[in-house]
Amino acid sequence: MLDYTALKLIWWLFVGVLLIGFAIMDGHDMGVGTLLPFVGKNDNERRVVLNTVGPHWDGNQVWFITGGGAIFAAWPLVYATAFSGFYWAMMAVLWALFFRPVGFDYRSKIDNAQWRNTWDWGLFIGGFVPPLIFGVAFGNLLQGVPFHFDNDLRSFYTGSFWQLLNPFALLTGLVSTTMITAHGANFLLIRTEGDVYKRSRTASMIFSAVSLALFALAGLWVMKGINGFVLTGGDLPDALPNPLDKTVVMQAGAWMHNYSAYPLTMLVPAAAFVGGLLSLVFAMGNKPVMAFIASSVNMLGVIGTAGVSMFPFVMPSSTDPRSSMTVWDSVSSHTTLELMFFATLIFLPIVIFYTSWAYKVMSGKVTLEFVKRNDHSAY
Amino acid sequence: MISSELVDLSRLQFAMVALFHFLFVPLTLGMTFLLVIMESTYVVTGKQIYKDMTQFWGKLFGINFALGVTTGITMEFQFGTNWAYYSHYVGDIFGAPLAIEGLMAFFLESTFIGLFFFGWDKLSKVKHLMITMLVALGSNLSALWILVANGWMNNPTGADFSYITMRMEMTSFWDVLFNPQAQAKFVHTVSAGYVTGSAFVLGISSWYLLKGRDIEFAKRSFRIAAAFGLASALSVIVLGDESGYTVGENQQTKLAAIEAMWHTEPAPASFNLIAGINEAKQENDWAIQIPYVMGLIGTRSTTETIPGIHEIKAHNYQRILSGEIAAKDLAILRANPHDTSVLGEFNAHKADLGFGLLLKKYTDDVTKATPEMVQKATDDTVPAVTPMFWTFRIMVAVGFALLLMFALALYASVRNDFMQKPWLLKWAVWFIPVPWIAIEFGWFVAEYGRQPWTIFGVLPTYLSASSLSSASVIGSIFGFFALYTGLFIVEMYLMLKFSRQGPSSLHTGRYHGETAHVGGGAMPTHAPADKI
Repeated sequence: MLDYTALKLIWWLFVGVLLIGFAIMDGHDMGVGTLLPFVGKNDNERRVVLNTVGPHWDGNQVWFITGGGAIFAAWPLVYATAFSGFYWAMMAVLWALFFRPVGFDYRSKIDNAQWRNTWDWGLFIGGFVPPLIFGVAFGNLLQGVPFHFDNDLRSFYTGSFWQLLNPFALLTGLVSTTMITAHGANFLLIRTEGDVYKRSRTASMIFSAVSLALFALAGLWVMKGINGFVLTGGDLPDALPNPLDKTVVMQAGAWMHNYSAYPLTMLVPAAAFVGGLLSLVFAMGNKPVMAFIASSVNMLGVIGTAGVSMFPFVMPSSTDPRSSMTVWDSVSSHTTLELMFFATLIFLPIVIFYTSWAYKVMSGKVTLEFVKRNDHSAY
Repeated sequence: MISSELVDLSRLQFAMVALFHFLFVPLTLGMTFLLVIMESTYVVTGKQIYKDMTQFWGKLFGINFALGVTTGITMEFQFGTNWAYYSHYVGDIFGAPLAIEGLMAFFLESTFIGLFFFGWDKLSKVKHLMITMLVALGSNLSALWILVANGWMNNPTGADFSYITMRMEMTSFWDVLFNPQAQAKFVHTVSAGYVTGSAFVLGISSWYLLKGRDIEFAKRSFRIAAAFGLASALSVIVLGDESGYTVGENQQTKLAAIEAMWHTEPAPASFNLIAGINEAKQENDWAIQIPYVMGLIGTRSTTETIPGIHEIKAHNYQRILSGEIAAKDLAILRANPHDTSVLGEFNAHKADLGFGLLLKKYTDDVTKATPEMVQKATDDTVPAVTPMFWTFRIMVAVGFALLLMFALALYASVRNDFMQKPWLLKWAVWFIPVPWIAIEFGWFVAEYGRQPWTIFGVLPTYLSASSLSSASVIGSIFGFFALYTGLFIVEMYLMLKFSRQGPSSLHTGRYHGETAHVGGGAMPTHAPADKI
């Protein structure tokens, strides 16, 4: 049997991998959805935009579903506390996501301008809202969330929905939205030509630049203006998970401790900057595939930075620091972590293999001629 | 203390979104296999009409699938948003099949469904058929994993309670996976999906035949649906009976409620065909009985008895008393995990802890429970008999009516005279929505029948809900209701529109209404082969 402490660490990495996978895969079609009404000026152009992700959005969405399922299986207490605590935020994500499957699938089935325009804005909502709220959620995690456990580990969220929308969280929400939109624009560079390509290129450069600036601003804010959390006792990595069995204090600048203790971790925020910068450069230089890879690296860096800064915390509590959840004390049993470790190890490479194949089959530019020719079968 | 109102609202919301989701899932399960059959015929015979069939029925399948995906995301959110304590308490076991479902089934289904619709010109015939098969495999594997999770809720094997982590933890994944209840539920549920898909194709094809249009297309679809439908309907009924087989106490409780069996009868027990149930007196005022049948179905023997409701309750009364001790010891252990003086006693009564927790509905401090509270909790352990009894009978009656329809349809297909039997075609048209009645009632029997538990014998429903305000849940119920109503109207509109258009919606120029000189029935087999 693998060591429990090692498995807890591996699962922190795996959740990170799944979130980054979600951002790269589902992120690009959400970015495309966000850009849809703006880079497509007429129906045929919009159909070009839609058909770039037409064969893939559903598979991409599974990164989100599986990410949620993996958190349920590996960090059940986090899944329970976050989903019920962020109740209305989760409902907003969910209801925004409703517009995607039906938007993609139903939009072009009826030849009516108003019908199609309505679904286009539905796809915009489905692409714009989820990344924004995920970013807001991360902003709140970094500040600590007002919740506590009772002695039976029942969680109580004591804040309101509106206090989630505080200035710092809105800033991280914008970091998330802009990076996803830039990434979606880069995908459109790969799969389109002509006017749609030109507009996407402009969008890519603008959103990459804005995202970088906002990320830097958020970093400064974390350094100067936000209390981090420090573990001061208990919470042994190899112990049976019990979040109440520890002591925690809040401390200004504590989210910087990991970087000074392990300087190599600074590579993670560095990746965010380098990736964002290269995305800008490659979009400018008309290198779509390289730009897409660069924006992927940027998102890896941004999400990784949040994870590394908070480690070992996952969801700190601002009202009862002892209830904060860490990678050591809010995880599944040894048996389940090991089972899920092997399940992921076996299936994720298979998934990546056939997903790559599916992209290869559908590769090539989506053209105006293509959408006109496939009036009744394509989106 | 948790408010009963909040628990009821959370249940209402879950029932609403699950029943709605379950309108789309069965058709997906059935249609994917029908598409595999049609496309396989295309690949083997090379006849264009089978490709047209795959594409047209695939179009209707796609309209349904979009809402299946939409409403499916809700389900994954529900456990965390509204059943947080449940998610914490059993996530160690319940989360695993859900995550594996994503990794193994959803990725497969969703990645390849894109290629199913967009890959016709990019893939060879055989490769495209493989894609269709993988979609069918993916959707059926997803049913397997969610039913492994659901089977565990009914029969929680391979897990143990830990007082340190305050939750159930997995001890054997194999016990969870090869849970006999999960296996029986899986076969029963996917077969019901195949029946739904078959009735859908059979009914719409019959409508074309009654209208005298797209004859060749409709006849071939009719035959495939009739054959697949009959096999599936037999499977549902035979293997539905299998899931009635008495595995574990939970099934016995459900069985007693379904059959309104108040007392243990001498073996083999008789079957109440219909009965006048008197819940207040806890007996039947009258019943039409068939001797021996219940005993034979329920135990597969002539000697074993089936426990009646009163006997089950008497047994549960004892378990609640024992569980009270476990709950008292647990409170001591939670306050001080190192105080192991009560550990021996706790372990002796741990198996009944869930029954002790049933008292939490009536008192926060289980040790202060009065005999009246114990009696109330005991009465809770058997679900209300009347709704169980009748929903089950409607489900079974519908099942047999569908079996008869498919048998007649297949017989007529073999004799090739269904065109001369408008009554059969009309029957099929009227029966398009009927499988859904059986399916939704089946869901009700399974889930309502598990009450008062979310995890049978382990976690009461009452304790499972999130600590939310009732107002929040009322708000989200309204949100779901509005959005789902809107989506349903749009879906039905498209479904009816494209069903009416029929294969002419493919714009191949070969079907009804597309070319002036070909009247009612086009002759697609004579049409020039497509470019592939």
